[in-house]
Amino acid sequence: MIDVINLEKHFGDNKVLNGIDVTINKGDIVVVIGPSGSGKSTFLRCLNCMEDPTGGQIIFNGVDIADLKVDINVHRRHMGMVFQHFNLFNNKTVLQNIMLAPVHLNCKDLKKAKRKNARTKFANLFRSSGNKKPLQEITETKASIIENARTQAMELLSRIGLEDKADVYPSTLSGGQKQRVAIVRSLAMNPDVILFDEPTSALDPEMVGEVLDLMKALAKDGMTMIIVTHEMGFAREVANRVLFIDEGQILESAPPDEFFAHPKNPRLKDFLSKVL
Amino acid sequence: MDNFIQKIEKFIEILIDHKGYIKVLEGLKNTLLIAVLGLIIGIVIGTVIATIRVLPKYKVLPRVLNTICSLYVALFRGTPVVVQLLVFYYVMLPLWNAHMTGVQVAILVFGLNSGAYISEIMRSGILSVDQGQMEAGRAVGLSFGTTMIKIVIPQAVKNILPTLGNEFIALIKETSVVSFVGAADLYVAFNYIGSNSYEFMVPYLTMAIIYIILVLIISLGIKIMERSLRKSDRRH
Repeated sequence: MIDVINLEKHFGDNKVLNGIDVTINKGDIVVVIGPSGSGKSTFLRCLNCMEDPTGGQIIFNGVDIADLKVDINVHRRHMGMVFQHFNLFNNKTVLQNIMLAPVHLNCKDLKKAKRKNARTKFANLFRSSGNKKPLQEITETKASIIENARTQAMELLSRIGLEDKADVYPSTLSGGQKQRVAIVRSLAMNPDVILFDEPTSALDPEMVGEVLDLMKALAKDGMTMIIVTHEMGFAREVANRVLFIDEGQILESAPPDEFFAHPKNPRLKDFLSKVL
Repeated sequence: MDNFIQKIEKFIEILIDHKGYIKVLEGLKNTLLIAVLGLIIGIVIGTVIATIRVLPKYKVLPRVLNTICSLYVALFRGTPVVVQLLVFYYVMLPLWNAHMTGVQVAILVFGLNSGAYISEIMRSGILSVDQGQMEAGRAVGLSFGTTMIKIVIPQAVKNILPTLGNEFIALIKETSVVSFVGAADLYVAFNYIGSNSYEFMVPYLTMAIIYIILVLIISLGIKIMERSLRKSDRRH
């Protein structure tokens, strides 16, 4: 689903990513680990062009999204992202946080379809009767879009047990609750893949569990996930592939059993001996 | 003291018997009109400029727009507002062969002028909003503009509301120079009363009090607005 070919990123003279090649298939749960400053977060942020790659290709669903001419917003809809610091919209309630993107983007599509139909209708006036172009079918209205988004948002909230928090602002939530809301916010767009950028690093230890549990549940549902984390136990339990990145390159890529039990790369051996 | 009471009586006579209050009300209306519409135009211009100035700069178009905005801000911050009024009224309008009343010119010039100041205020407001908010908006597929309008600017406005209120207060007081282009504001009204009675002390004192009351009402309004905007920060 995602093919990363020779991905490079440098900030000025500072080379952060030195040619990364990796393929991520549907249903994969890939955990990325590495020492700090190794480029693992940059790698993740390049995948949805939060940072524009300076070289290489990222083929996502058949399109090279590293190309600056591509309308990245269309592809980001299919790529959720969860941040270390949650980044819930502070001026919106929890429910609005989840509904905002689906409602706005679907309404935009609806408007576009309507405009296109109006144009076709006008053009049809000048076409001979056998030559008329058919109109696009519009099944939704603005009200139905909002209603659907609300039902979906409430379903998602009930899944994480926070229905009663629907109308409060994020500032009243605990860290774990914020991160779970952030995860379902990205789920609301029905993404093909979700990128997790150290989702538990800013949490109190006792809240890490609830977030990891939600991520495990997502993994069980077959969601494709790419996770940058320091939770080695989680990586071992959930991942089906673990990548080790250092100095902007993937030094080892293996299933978790092999990765942790028989590391081949000396740099990885050294790293694992420190963290395990 | 007798003298002062006499002066007050004379002032009241002109204010009420000679219909001076109509002039005052009209002046008040014009002053408020120029300040409020000027502020609205200023906020729109200021927000647009501030947004352009925080755009990522690796493409050509944002850079060109950025330069234009810098020039605009330099121009309007670098000249006194009286000069801008005079230039607009006596240079631009004849050049364009256009006809505008003094009030219209004043609204436009004060809008353009405060736009330059508000753009800087707004820019600092936008920069004060956590970068993560923009990233989160972009990550769910919203465009730069949509994220700006729906997420970043509402939070920026909340942060800069006290400063924005300051700008409004300054604007109301600055409008007292619009008589340069023939707009009848509060100053013109009280000047009229003064010159009819050959007595300026009480009219100008009253004018000062009216300005103070206006400013007090505005600061109260800002306080109320701030409280309602802060509701997303409350923890309970």
